[in-house]
Amino acid sequence: MSVFSTVLARDLRLALRQSADSLTVVAFFAIATVLFPFGVGPEANILARIAGGVLWVTALLAALLSLDRVFTVDFEDGTLDQLILSGESLSLVVLAKVIAHWLTTGVPLIIMSPVLAVTLHLPAEGYAPLMLALLLGTPTVSLVGATGAALVLGTRRGGVLLSLLVLPLYIPVLIFGTAAVEAAVTGRSAGPMLMVLGGLMVLAASLSPWATAAALRQAVE
Amino acid sequence: MHKFANPTQFMRIANAIFPWAAGLTVILFLVGLPIALVTSPADYQQGETVRIFYLHVPAAYMGVMVYAIIAVNSAAYLIWRHPMANLVARASAPVGAVFTALCLICGMLWGQPMWGTFWAWDARLTSTLIMFFIYLGYMALGDAFEDPERGDRAAAILALVGSINLPIIKFSVEWWNTLHQPSITSMQGFSVDGSMLTPLFLMMGAYTTFYISVLILRLRGELLAAKIRNARMSQVAISPAAQLAE
Repeated sequence: MSVFSTVLARDLRLALRQSADSLTVVAFFAIATVLFPFGVGPEANILARIAGGVLWVTALLAALLSLDRVFTVDFEDGTLDQLILSGESLSLVVLAKVIAHWLTTGVPLIIMSPVLAVTLHLPAEGYAPLMLALLLGTPTVSLVGATGAALVLGTRRGGVLLSLLVLPLYIPVLIFGTAAVEAAVTGRSAGPMLMVLGGLMVLAASLSPWATAAALRQAVE
Repeated sequence: MHKFANPTQFMRIANAIFPWAAGLTVILFLVGLPIALVTSPADYQQGETVRIFYLHVPAAYMGVMVYAIIAVNSAAYLIWRHPMANLVARASAPVGAVFTALCLICGMLWGQPMWGTFWAWDARLTSTLIMFFIYLGYMALGDAFEDPERGDRAAAILALVGSINLPIIKFSVEWWNTLHQPSITSMQGFSVDGSMLTPLFLMMGAYTTFYISVLILRLRGELLAAKIRNARMSQVAISPAAQLAE
């Protein structure tokens, strides 16, 4: 367990010392969301109708932008080689790095989301399901994103390629995330959708660290 | 299985299969297309548009099947470093992507008169579209590295990650109440009439043998390209001075 906590503490410390990175992600989330009232017009009922989906899509894109941070620096300065050579469980190291990524990008996005929901006139019943859905969905985003980030290490146009690999895999999270908000706003229970999101998170948490570790091993060979 | 790791061995068998597969493709298309498009009976509800279904269903089946072949071969490549498994997976991808695109296009053309819309965001359509994007990602990732072997391995891992989508496509019409028709095959037998099964199976056979023939052609091309690369490399190795002088 010590490797896990060491890597987690190290990544969190690095993220805090370069907190501009996390802030940039949140700023992107805000700016991309604010574009929508200009794009579709400022009518409150239209914005309220699309608020859940807009917030989810922009949150996914914001998280996508931050993914190259997870491994790129460690890959370039050789830390990754050391982590692999250390003989410790690489899946556990990956899990620690993913949790650090989630704490520094997923959590700020969740905290920011109700503020942006206000600007989109989201009905009051939608706030709690939106935040709960993000709470259950963003770990999956970080987990799947880490696998994609590990696969594109060392490519020439990693960023564009990463979005091509990862965005199709985000679609289930997006479907159930927006469905949860939609259900709550239309007076139904968001519970089933949240449970599916939780299930997706468990599935991703059990498979993704393993796939990511395999991808990292082949990246440093 | 390791016997086939030798490309010469593998291609000897593949080349023996090729004329049969290619010949069968021509025969099955020549027999199947007229039956599917002209002589088979029109559906009592769908009318003549049912004929699109003979192009659409086999394409969907091939799209999923080729992806499964890619996933299995990627696993074999990652576990045993089986070189031919990798070549088969990489050579299959564009064929599978085209089948998936054909499936989506035929489905849209059929959906307009039947459902009243080209596209609906139901579970099977969406999961098939995701599979098409995974095909594109797989091909892009494989070609994105300067070291081709790294591309092979990264793409193989992606193929395995994306295989999560296969059961979703298969069971999407049973898990969700969707617009898309349920599967025509089930434990209880087939849910369409025998007069429609004949053209359907002929077209499925034609698509399958077409895939096998194209796969063998592509493997031949890949191996020849590797030979040319090696020959160029050895040429450079023999005369480094001449190379420098150029």
